[in-house]
Amino acid sequence: MALEVQGLTAGYGPVTVLRGLGFRAEAGRITCLMGRNGVGKSTFLKALMGLIPVGTGTITLDGVALQGLPAHQVPKRGLAYVPQGRRLFGPLTVAENLAVGGLVRGNDPAVLERVLDLFPRLRDRLAQVAGTLSGGEQQMLAIARALCLEPKVLLLDEPTEGLQPSIIALIQEAVVVLKGQGVAVVLVEQRVDAVLRLADRVAFMVAGRVEEVRDTRGLAADDPAFRTYVGV
Amino acid sequence: MAFGPFLLLALMEGLVTAAVLALAAAGLSLVFGVMRVVNVAHGEFYMLGAVLAWAVTGMIPGPAALTFLAALIIAPVLVAALAAVADGLILKRLNYDPEATIVATIGLLYILQQAALSLYGPNANPVPAPFEWRIQLPWFGYSGYKLFVVLAALAVLLALWTFLSRTRAGLIMRATQVDRMTAQAFGINVDRVYMGTFALGAGLAALAGVLVVPIQQAQYLMGHDPLLLSFIVVIIGGLGSLRGTLVAAVVIGLSDGVISMFFSPTLAKILATLLVAMVLVLRPQGLFGARA
Repeated sequence: MALEVQGLTAGYGPVTVLRGLGFRAEAGRITCLMGRNGVGKSTFLKALMGLIPVGTGTITLDGVALQGLPAHQVPKRGLAYVPQGRRLFGPLTVAENLAVGGLVRGNDPAVLERVLDLFPRLRDRLAQVAGTLSGGEQQMLAIARALCLEPKVLLLDEPTEGLQPSIIALIQEAVVVLKGQGVAVVLVEQRVDAVLRLADRVAFMVAGRVEEVRDTRGLAADDPAFRTYVGV
Repeated sequence: MAFGPFLLLALMEGLVTAAVLALAAAGLSLVFGVMRVVNVAHGEFYMLGAVLAWAVTGMIPGPAALTFLAALIIAPVLVAALAAVADGLILKRLNYDPEATIVATIGLLYILQQAALSLYGPNANPVPAPFEWRIQLPWFGYSGYKLFVVLAALAVLLALWTFLSRTRAGLIMRATQVDRMTAQAFGINVDRVYMGTFALGAGLAALAGVLVVPIQQAQYLMGHDPLLLSFIVVIIGGLGSLRGTLVAAVVIGLSDGVISMFFSPTLAKILATLLVAMVLVLRPQGLFGARA
């Protein structure tokens, strides 16, 4: 299973953000997207989900074209998205948020059990309104909601931003478990230590394109690539 | 009549107003809550419900109860279908832009009103009540149909609440209401949700129109007052809040009944408008609305 992107252009109205982007993510591997602010990392994830219109280029999952599909059809093909800032359905309960996540797969109770096993803290909060959860619990719920889709590809946009270390560790553990289950994980992450610990590959973005792809084996925290592309 | 029974009569009349208003306002509130569309044509769906009830009861032979039951089903369904078409032809093409849809629904208001004038005519026509029971109280007799209107509205609002809070479709509507983009990312067809919501809102207004027509008569200009009062109710209750809509409808309905009977209907409207002004100044999100 592979997600392949070739020559992708996309943006907001007259503003083009992605300029001929090429990218590949594979099952059971974690691919990190890194780059300075404004290079188009979040825009790329939105384009993959069909949430912004795509100009030219192709997006294929197992050889099946995804570009041009209405946004609501994309999750049915196996892509799930955890947006930056979580974007939970705040007034809905935890259980209802998870139910929205499971709509596409018919809300299979076995899937919900597996997801709650991954984030047991949510099991005690099912009746709680999502907007009243702590920041860490909200992030767990955002990931759990996406997992209820049973995705082939999971897109995570800075999932550990602003969280305390113990919660970050929990979320990273969950991402590793998902990798072990054969999910292709695409992770937007700015922290070098997290990238080196989790990722199999890093795609460095510059001005709407993937400029360089590096295997994390043999990549050190002081590698010039991080300074060049991320500025750290 | 002594003051006590007179007050009781005023409260009962107010309850009937509140019931009809709650149904119409619930539709308006639902459309704004989910779609962020201020539907200025909402009162015309109410009018169409009443006019279609007159047409259906006139066309179908049989006892009054049976023809009225047919009108209760057919008129809201037809109006909901018309609203679904209007959604596809007008609102969707405007990408549900809040400002553009206000102008568009003003246009829709005049199209529906003038179509009703052309096809139905300028006269007010009565629709017989489905039954003529009277409840005899010690001080006065009261129409059993009016009490039926209150109970029917309560049943419909309870069904609407159950639909929104207990069903899969209701969950989809609430998720779309909170965040349209994220809803799409979880496989929700937002265009379809919007079409269904607009149809449901119009159907509720039409149902209110059918229920009121044995009391008020059907007339092509009858949509103005319910539109104004529905806006008053949803502003006081909080746009998008069903609970707020119900509470505000009861407050406005009862005060309208009492003030109209003891003073004048004009004073009742003036006070309701003043109440809206106070709410907008002191609590702009309404009594039960979420702060923006």
